[in-house]
Amino acid sequence: MMNSDGNIVDVENLTKVYGGTLKAVDGVTFQVKKGEIFGFLGPNGAGKTTTINMLTTLLTSSGGKAVINGYDIHKHPTEVRRSVGVVPQEYTADEDITGFQNILLCADLYGLPRSDSKPHAMELLQLVELQDAANRKVSTYSGGMRRRLELASGLINYPTLLFLDEPTLGLDVQTRSAVWRYIRMLKEEYHMTLFLTTHYLEEADSLCDRIAIIDHGHIIKIGTPDELKATVGGDIIEVGVAEAEPDLSADIARIPLVKDVKKTDNTYRIKSEVGEESSIQIIDLVRSKGLHVTKISLTKPTLDEAYLELTGRNIREEESNKMDAFKQRVTMARARR
Amino acid sequence: MTEDLTRSTVTTQEKVAKEEMERERAFREAPKMNKSPLHGMWALTNRDLIKWYRNPIQLIISLVQPVVWLGLFGKAFNIAGLIPSNIPGLSVAQIDLASFGTTSYFSYLAAGMLAFIILFTAAFSGMSVVWDRRFGFMNKAMSTPVGRGAIVTAKVLQSVVRSLIQAAIVLIIAVALGMDTTYFGAFTILGTFVMLFLMTFGLSSLFVMLALRSSDWQTQMAIINLLNLPLLFASNAMLPVSIMPDWLKTVIRFNPVSYAVDGIRQMLLGTNSAAAAAAGYTGVLAPLWVDFAVLAGFAGLLSILGIVLSWKLLSK
Ligand SMILES: Nc1ncnc2c1ncn2[C@@H]1O[C@H](COP(=O)(O)OP(=O)(O)OP(=O)(O)O)[C@@H](O)[C@H]1O
Ligand SMILES: [Mg+2]
Repeated sequence: MMNSDGNIVDVENLTKVYGGTLKAVDGVTFQVKKGEIFGFLGPNGAGKTTTINMLTTLLTSSGGKAVINGYDIHKHPTEVRRSVGVVPQEYTADEDITGFQNILLCADLYGLPRSDSKPHAMELLQLVELQDAANRKVSTYSGGMRRRLELASGLINYPTLLFLDEPTLGLDVQTRSAVWRYIRMLKEEYHMTLFLTTHYLEEADSLCDRIAIIDHGHIIKIGTPDELKATVGGDIIEVGVAEAEPDLSADIARIPLVKDVKKTDNTYRIKSEVGEESSIQIIDLVRSKGLHVTKISLTKPTLDEAYLELTGRNIREEESNKMDAFKQRVTMARARR
Repeated sequence: MTEDLTRSTVTTQEKVAKEEMERERAFREAPKMNKSPLHGMWALTNRDLIKWYRNPIQLIISLVQPVVWLGLFGKAFNIAGLIPSNIPGLSVAQIDLASFGTTSYFSYLAAGMLAFIILFTAAFSGMSVVWDRRFGFMNKAMSTPVGRGAIVTAKVLQSVVRSLIQAAIVLIIAVALGMDTTYFGAFTILGTFVMLFLMTFGLSSLFVMLALRSSDWQTQMAIINLLNLPLLFASNAMLPVSIMPDWLKTVIRFNPVSYAVDGIRQMLLGTNSAAAAAAGYTGVLAPLWVDFAVLAGFAGLLSILGIVLSWKLLSK
């Protein structure tokens, strides 16, 4: 189920106030389209987990509206829970029982019949490549295996929408790329919609169709990774022209998407929203004037620069409060075990 | 929907076919979910019970304390010696009957120890809530459609099953060590376990309820100590009421544990028998039906309160 505009998540002014004063989430509004990977990118304490907890009805909101899969989170919390999958930031599996038993237990909590959940649990373990460890106690799993188990249990109820809270926090490079592969597979082969949070720029950049940059409980900007990068001012195209005269600056500036042109000697430095398109048009323009292109280069701004531009800070130098940093260390330590 | 996934020898062809099939599964509609408010309750109860019986050390340790008490106080100390016995013409057996309503302090204490083990097992039901919160499992459960009431009831039920099994073991040990079995019969034993069931149901609900908001095991430990010792010592579980000061006698009347122990003694040891009364035993707290009524009320009230509070309090 979804509303008419094809949005599977529709959030309006959602707010969470802790202890009467701390606005962890301060009136966020956004939509997630069916079939996309939507990312929340923000530093520690930005309010990512709090938002996911409200959307998955684990926390009650202090204000605002949210409709998930056609169900209002306040009016039909049980329906919401039944229809979405959740992979939380922390580990939730029971360490004293096996991975397979953990998934079966989840299936029981969703009220799925054992005749279905047994084969389905095994398939999900295969999907995350844990079939060989299926009958081992979770206490013997590595951090990466636990993450993958959490992912498998989040899928047991056949969700069409999956929430992933920092799915690769503290994982090594191989496991991280495996998790990315699963996430892409869920979107492409299983046609699922994914909502994930992260504070890794590369992750948001390479996985997400659209990103919301969130900080201090506010959404600063929403867009595709390319749109966000475009806020930096666009791609940089450098074109060398054999002939220094005539000056083509005015003509180039008239090309759609071109935002800025600077000329030094034989080289034009052009800012464009979509460098690929503009560069071809620039070459055509130069040639149509009977001039010769000697060299051309296209530089894309990175999401790092976009983040810096939008928040005025670098995500890596983020000073998080001590409790958040501690929390993350604990999760990471558990992940590495 | 009932394809049989054979996982035997896998050729490439089979593998491709299997992958196709898996994709089919992923696309199809989810099977019908059981939407009853109690679904998942047994699965949660069973999870705790499996963890319990897979770890017999826990069971053994929990049995050590009541058994040591039985051996030390019931056998080694001659409590009956404290009671004046210089009345001419009275035998030791009659003095025991007059003081404890049964043939020995050991039998008297054994009935109290059944309450003891129930009390201590129930107290730790709250701890199990705290652990689940601490290790994230509670969040997982709360993100599924399983009812909050079912989560709480499962915690109570696992404690009920554990404490009844432990009480049965303590009873068997007590009989082996010489507990008086004159009044044992199908009905008295059944009645005893009904009484123990009501007691553990009420106490487990109480301790689970107190742990609903807590993720801190030290606080929980403090609550256990704060409640357990008064519940045990301000009751008739260890010593006859007749030797206690008046104010304590009043407190004992407000302690549900006293009614459970009183009912169990009446059923298993015949403390309400004519012989005990004739010998001068005055330790009967209330008629048997009153004992049952108090315990049933206690269990009913606290379990309902627990479920109602879980709707309000059991969140992240
Ligand atoms: N239960 C709580 N009580 C009070 N404050 C809280 C609580 N949970 C979170 N907060 C605060 O709310 C803010 C947002 O926290 P949240 O966990 O949503 O951040 P996050 O974006 O998920 O960060 P991280 O990357 O560390 O997971 C933080 O300042 C945090 O300290
Ligand atoms: Mg978080």
